[in-house]
Amino acid sequence: MVTYIVRRLVTAVLILFGASFVVYQLTALSGDPLEELRASNAPNREQLIQARTELLDLNTPAPLRYFGWLAGAAKCLIPFAATCDLGSSIQGEAVTTALVRAMGNTITLVTTATVLAIIIGVSLGIITALRQYSGLDYGVTFMSFLFFSLPIFWLAVLLKEFGAIGFNNFLADPRIPGSTILVVAIASGLIWALFASRSWKRKGIAFVLGAVVAAALLFVLDLVDWFSSPGLGPIVILVTGVGIAFGIVLLTAGLRNRKALYSSLIMVAIGLVAYYVVNPILNAATIWMIVVLAILTVLVGMAVGYVMGGYDRGQSMRAAAITGLLMGLLIVVDRFMVTWPSYVSNSRVRGRPIATVGAETPGLEGTFWVTGLDTFTHLLLPTLALLLASLASYSRYSRASMLEIMNMDYIRTARAKGLSERTVVMRHAFRNALIPLATLVAFDIGALIGGAIITEQVFAFAGMGQLFVQALQRTDPDPIMGFFLVAGILALVFNLVADIVYSFLDPRVRVKA
Amino acid sequence: MSTQTPSDLPGGEAGTITGPTHPAPEAEAKGLSQGQIVRRKFFDNTAAIISLIVFAIIFVLAFTSVGFAGIPGWWKYNHTEFVALLNGGAPTVTGPFSWGEHPFGQDSIGRDYFAMTMRGAQNSIIIMFLIGALACLVGVVVGACSGYFRGWTEAVLMRFTDIIIIIPLVLIAATLGESVNRFVGSGAQVWLLGIFLGLIAWTGLARLVRGEFLTLREREFVDAAKIAGASNTRIIFKHILPNAVGVIIVNTTLLMSAGILLETALSYIGFGVKAPDVSLGLIISQNQEAFQTRPWLFWFPGLFIVLICLCINFIGDGLRDAFDPRQKKFNANRAKDAEKPAAA
Repeated sequence: MVTYIVRRLVTAVLILFGASFVVYQLTALSGDPLEELRASNAPNREQLIQARTELLDLNTPAPLRYFGWLAGAAKCLIPFAATCDLGSSIQGEAVTTALVRAMGNTITLVTTATVLAIIIGVSLGIITALRQYSGLDYGVTFMSFLFFSLPIFWLAVLLKEFGAIGFNNFLADPRIPGSTILVVAIASGLIWALFASRSWKRKGIAFVLGAVVAAALLFVLDLVDWFSSPGLGPIVILVTGVGIAFGIVLLTAGLRNRKALYSSLIMVAIGLVAYYVVNPILNAATIWMIVVLAILTVLVGMAVGYVMGGYDRGQSMRAAAITGLLMGLLIVVDRFMVTWPSYVSNSRVRGRPIATVGAETPGLEGTFWVTGLDTFTHLLLPTLALLLASLASYSRYSRASMLEIMNMDYIRTARAKGLSERTVVMRHAFRNALIPLATLVAFDIGALIGGAIITEQVFAFAGMGQLFVQALQRTDPDPIMGFFLVAGILALVFNLVADIVYSFLDPRVRVKA
Repeated sequence: MSTQTPSDLPGGEAGTITGPTHPAPEAEAKGLSQGQIVRRKFFDNTAAIISLIVFAIIFVLAFTSVGFAGIPGWWKYNHTEFVALLNGGAPTVTGPFSWGEHPFGQDSIGRDYFAMTMRGAQNSIIIMFLIGALACLVGVVVGACSGYFRGWTEAVLMRFTDIIIIIPLVLIAATLGESVNRFVGSGAQVWLLGIFLGLIAWTGLARLVRGEFLTLREREFVDAAKIAGASNTRIIFKHILPNAVGVIIVNTTLLMSAGILLETALSYIGFGVKAPDVSLGLIISQNQEAFQTRPWLFWFPGLFIVLICLCINFIGDGLRDAFDPRQKKFNANRAKDAEKPAAA
């Protein structure tokens, strides 16, 4: 195994050398860095051209210039010598600083979208596989193909128009007309009916239930003017928490495991107490504080599960920890919602919260909660665009792999043993269906950093993609090389990770040392 | 690159098809050939057939309306001439058979938008087919050679593939686009763009084909062919390739739909098709500011991208179902009826 990894790493380095040479030459060929100066009318035009020629060393042929860049880049390999020199852009900013800033922005943008796409896509894929050739299957298949076929810049313009401008207009005067309630109710009823199993009676009940609940919800929200001052409140948190507890236990342990159910419900109670106790501390929250609280919650959950015991302690611990985390999430969301009115009325935001461009409101200052909301409103639309575009591949892959697994003999064996459908699906099928996805996920994480070029361009998001495209438009080699180094190294590393992970997960596949 | 899922199918197929791995011309039994099974399954797929028909209509419309390769089309305008703005350039189409003067309206300087959209769709389709054909050709050759010969051939070809994969595609496209514009007129631009994109889009397919060849070359029928004295070329093209054809066709169609989006995205950020000519991505990017005032400039080209892409995706999905012997109909209800449902 070690020889295999070492060999792969050595080839990776060689590939990186070869590819970086090609990239440098391509960049040099892709345009003329003096073009804008040649067209300018400035009186000192000749001097400007002279200066840039010297700055970019244009009198040296490009293949030789590459080695100058390589000599600078090689210094990055020397540990603890802070002389990493990736050159600087035409404007004179060091590439290393530009890269760090751009990477930070891109990571905040793509991480949420990727994680959500994986969770939602895989769940949709599994559900549609279990209901193959049902209305739900056809509906989800069509929608995922549709989103897959949408050019992302087109989708982005639509999102800006209806998600930002339209929604902001609505927020200025949040009143829901009766016709909208009717339409939403029917739509929600149809979705519920799709999820219900096949008999028409059940579908009808689901439709009525979905429609009535949605209509009532919208009516109440409208009545209490929820959109102006949103919030969950203890009662909603309690009810949702109990729902979450039942759902989690149903999925992880089965409702027949009373100990797991009780541990989860205890976590809901603890969460509700924490809602009051922790509230004063949360006023001075930072991101690390939230992380520490989350870890604490998991520990408390595991402790509760352990104390409750039962024939399978692990299951109780897992269910309680997950329930606890979700309760914490509810409390944090509630806190954000309470901050919402003060964010919207902030003089910098001026009542139009959902932003169409940029990563943050310039000059906005406030607590953790206000800046958090600011990030949320800026990331909402680009994340949605990325999410919808990448949903399709996950749902299609997990559906195909789940279908293949459900036809396997060992699933029949599991059923024949008399295992419950939950155990068959969650324990025997689901886990094995995830194996091929591990490769896909590793590839996607590798491509994450360089992957959102178009989205960043449309939403004027100063990330890696924008750095790259802007440098390319100016024929500026150093930022391009910096981008390529980061993206290329990540792609190669995660390529290796994908292969190794696969061989760990599936013992039938062996890496050849 | 030494992982692959073992996709051998123990038993199973031999029972359903006579001569399962060869498209046998002499059908001595009443069994169906592989091709017949695939065709029958594909034509049973409603979504794929509808998509095929819609795509054919778009294809005919795009190529006949504004003419192609010097042959004039039946539509009265083309994508470059300026006409006086009629009714503020609003679309005049009112029904499927009453198109009016400018069915999709006019852009801000008076060009007929139907002609522009058709020309853009034409360019997109040309680029799509070029990408599909070239990527398929290169990918199959590279994948087949490295999977069959192994050793040095494989090492060199696969490292070469890795290099192509990690070089940002936008960069290659931009460089090529620049050189293309320098050396040829705008007429050949679309063709060259398609050819170059095809020459770099083959990497994924090459890996898949290689994986397929790695498993297939260990099968008994390959040994049999070798013992019978068949040459390498014959084994590759006559014995192994027909068995990998499903993977190749399916992935080529998916590559083609990704190719359309790639072209529109490149044109959108200014590295694809350039100004005198039009492409669907280019006219959207030129007119996206006009969404509030002239929304049709945004809707029509976008609609055509989505339609073309959706059709190709559904056709590809239909082909996948048709080629995959494992896609048996798994019936969740029957499985559940057999026992008491424990979970809702």
